[in-house]
Amino acid sequence: MPKEKNKFFLGVFTDEDDVKPATQACADADFTFHDVFAPYEVHGLDRAMGLSQSKITWVTFLCGLMGTTIALGGMSYVSWWDWPLNIGGKSPFPLPAFIPVTFELTVLIGGVCTMMGLFALCRIFPGKKARLFHPRVTDDRFVIVIEVDEDFDEAKCREIFTRHNAEEMKLVDHDYAADPADAEASVEGGAA
Amino acid sequence: MGHVYSPLRKPLVDGDKSMHDITHDVCRSIEGKPTALWWYGFLVSAAVLGVFLVVTGWTLYEGIGVWGLNKTVGWGFDITNFVFWVGIGHAGTLISAVLHLFRQKWRTSINRSAEAMTLFAVVCAGLFPLIHMGRLWIGFLWVAPYPNLRGPLWVNFRSPLLWDVFAISTYLTISAVFWYIGLIPDLATVRDRAKHWARKLFYGTLAQGWNGSVRNWNHYEKAYMIFAGLATPLVFSVHSIVSMDFATSVIPGWHTTIFPPYFVAGAIFSGFGMVLTLLLIARKTMRLESYITLDHLESMGKVIILTGSMVGLAYGTEFFIAWYSGSIYESFAFINRATGPFAWSYWIMVSCNVISPQTLWFRKLRRNPWFLFILSIFVNIGMWFERFVIIVTSLHRDYLPSSWSYYYPTTIEVLELVGSFGLFFFLFFLFVRVMPAVAFGEVKGVLKMGKNYDPTGASAKKHVPHDDKPAEGTPEVSHA
Repeated sequence: MPKEKNKFFLGVFTDEDDVKPATQACADADFTFHDVFAPYEVHGLDRAMGLSQSKITWVTFLCGLMGTTIALGGMSYVSWWDWPLNIGGKSPFPLPAFIPVTFELTVLIGGVCTMMGLFALCRIFPGKKARLFHPRVTDDRFVIVIEVDEDFDEAKCREIFTRHNAEEMKLVDHDYAADPADAEASVEGGAA
Repeated sequence: MGHVYSPLRKPLVDGDKSMHDITHDVCRSIEGKPTALWWYGFLVSAAVLGVFLVVTGWTLYEGIGVWGLNKTVGWGFDITNFVFWVGIGHAGTLISAVLHLFRQKWRTSINRSAEAMTLFAVVCAGLFPLIHMGRLWIGFLWVAPYPNLRGPLWVNFRSPLLWDVFAISTYLTISAVFWYIGLIPDLATVRDRAKHWARKLFYGTLAQGWNGSVRNWNHYEKAYMIFAGLATPLVFSVHSIVSMDFATSVIPGWHTTIFPPYFVAGAIFSGFGMVLTLLLIARKTMRLESYITLDHLESMGKVIILTGSMVGLAYGTEFFIAWYSGSIYESFAFINRATGPFAWSYWIMVSCNVISPQTLWFRKLRRNPWFLFILSIFVNIGMWFERFVIIVTSLHRDYLPSSWSYYYPTTIEVLELVGSFGLFFFLFFLFVRVMPAVAFGEVKGVLKMGKNYDPTGASAKKHVPHDDKPAEGTPEVSHA
C-alpha cells in the first residue's frame, strides 16, 4: 500500500449507465480504486469495483443466534430452575409457549446489532465529517476515484472516462475534499 | 449503454424529473418556511394532543375508574384503541420490507412516510396498555423480567400479554432502526444542501458522515436486505401475537383459531387505509403528485380490496364455525354480535370493511383521489369498530346472564381516542417538516424505469416480450 501519499484521479459522471461500465473498465485495467461514490445505491456497482459480498450477514446471524440463546436460556432459567411452578402438572419447559418471545428477541438483538455492525463496517459515527469528492455527490453526481500509483496510466484512464461520457476529470491531492457549498455553481454547469 | 428498459413498464415518477429535481422537490418542504396549511395542521393536532395529555393525566391521577368499564366489560376503548393503532402500524413495514423483498419498485416514493406512520402508530398503540395498567409508575415492575421487590418472582412467560410486551417493543425498535437506516443517505443530501450552521450540525450528526462511498453502499445494500428479511416475519408475528391476547383465552368470540391470519389481514387493511389518508393529504399539500402518482394510489387500492375481502371472508368463517362447531356458547356469541344490543357496531363494521372496499373493483374509482380519500376514512372507521366489536360484544354477555351488562364509554375515554389522533398527527406533521418525507435516494434508483414507456405497446411486441427479459443483443437488464 502507498508509502508516500498518492494523488487521486477523479472522473465525474452524471448517469449510472455510464459509471458502471466505466468502473468495470477501470477494474479491468487494474487501476487501484480509492473508492467510487454514488448518490444512491446502484446495484452491481460494488461488484464492478471488485468488492466481495459484505460480511454483515455474519453479524446478523451470530447476534441473532445470541438473541435466541438469551431468550431460551433466560426463560428456562426463570421457569425451570429459579422458580418452577407446577401448573396442572404441565411441563416446566413449555417450548411452544416460549417461541414468541424467542423469536422477538432473536429479531431484536439481530437487528440492533446489524445496525451497529453497519456503522462499524462503514466506519461512520455521529460527528464524523463527510469527505466529499464532488459538491453534488449526494445529489446527482457519480465519482470514480482512482489512486495514482505505479500501475496508473493517466492517458488510458482519461480515455476510459471520456469513452463513458465523463463530465469532468481531474488530478487532485491526497487530502482533497469538495465543499458542498459549491454545489449551486455546478448546477449551472449543467446536468443533462 | 449496458441497460435496457422495458417499454411495457410505466414510469414510476411522472413529469420527466432529473435527479436534482427530485432532491429539490422533496427538500423544499423541509427547507424554507412552512406553508400556512402546515401551520394549521400542526397547531390543530398540537391542540388535540393537549387534550390527550389532560385527559390521560386525569386518568392516571384519578385511576381508571373514570372510564366506563364495569365488572363484565373489563376491556373497552383502551384495548380497542391499542389494537387499532397496532394495526395501523402494519402497513409501513409491509410497504418497506415485504414489498422490498418482492421487488415492488413503486414502494420507493411512499415507503418513508409509511414507515414514519408505523412508528407513530406504534407509539400511540403502546400508550394504551400502559395507561390501562392504571398505576403507570410501577408498570415496569409488572412487565419487565428482572428479579424484583417481590422476591425472585418472575413475569409469566406463558402469557400472551407478556409476549405482546416483547412483540410491540421489538416492533417499535426494529421499525425505528429500519427507518433510520433508510434515512441516512437522504440526511446526508440534506446536510450538504444546508446553509445554516444549526441545520448542518443537526443533519450532519444524524447522517454520520455518510458520503455515498460504494464501499459503504456494499454493506448498506446487504444490511437493508437483512432488515427487510427480519422485518417481514416480524410484522406478521406482531399482529399474530396481539390476536393471541384474545385467541388463547376461553371467551366465546375470542377463542378462535383463525385469529392470527385474520388479524394480520385486518392490520394490513387498516394500515393501507391510513396510508392512503395520509398520503392523499401529503401529495396535495406538499405538491408530490409527480412522485405519489395515480398508479401508486391504484396499487394501494388493490391491496385494500384484497385484504378487505380477506377480512370479509374471516367474518363469514367465524359465523360458519360458530354454527358448525355445535357449541351453543359460540353460536350465541355470534348471533348476539349481529343481532344483540351492539348490533349497530357490528353492521357499521361490515359496511365499512366488507362492502365499501368492493367499490374499488372499478378502475375509475381506484384512480379517483377524492373517492379514495373518503373510502380510506371509512376503512379507518370500520377497522376501529372491528376491534370494538370483537372486544366488547364478546364480553358484555358472559356465561352468567345475571351479570350481563352494556358498555357506555365516558367522555374521558372518547377524548383519549380523539386525543391519540392528535398525538399521531402531531408527530406526523413534525416529521414532514424535519425529515425528507420521500426516500429520494431510492426514487433516484428507479427514475429510469419506464423511460422507454410506449403506451401503444407496438415497440413492446417487437423488442421485449416480458419486463424481466432483455431485448435481443443487449447484454444486461436493469435492476434499477
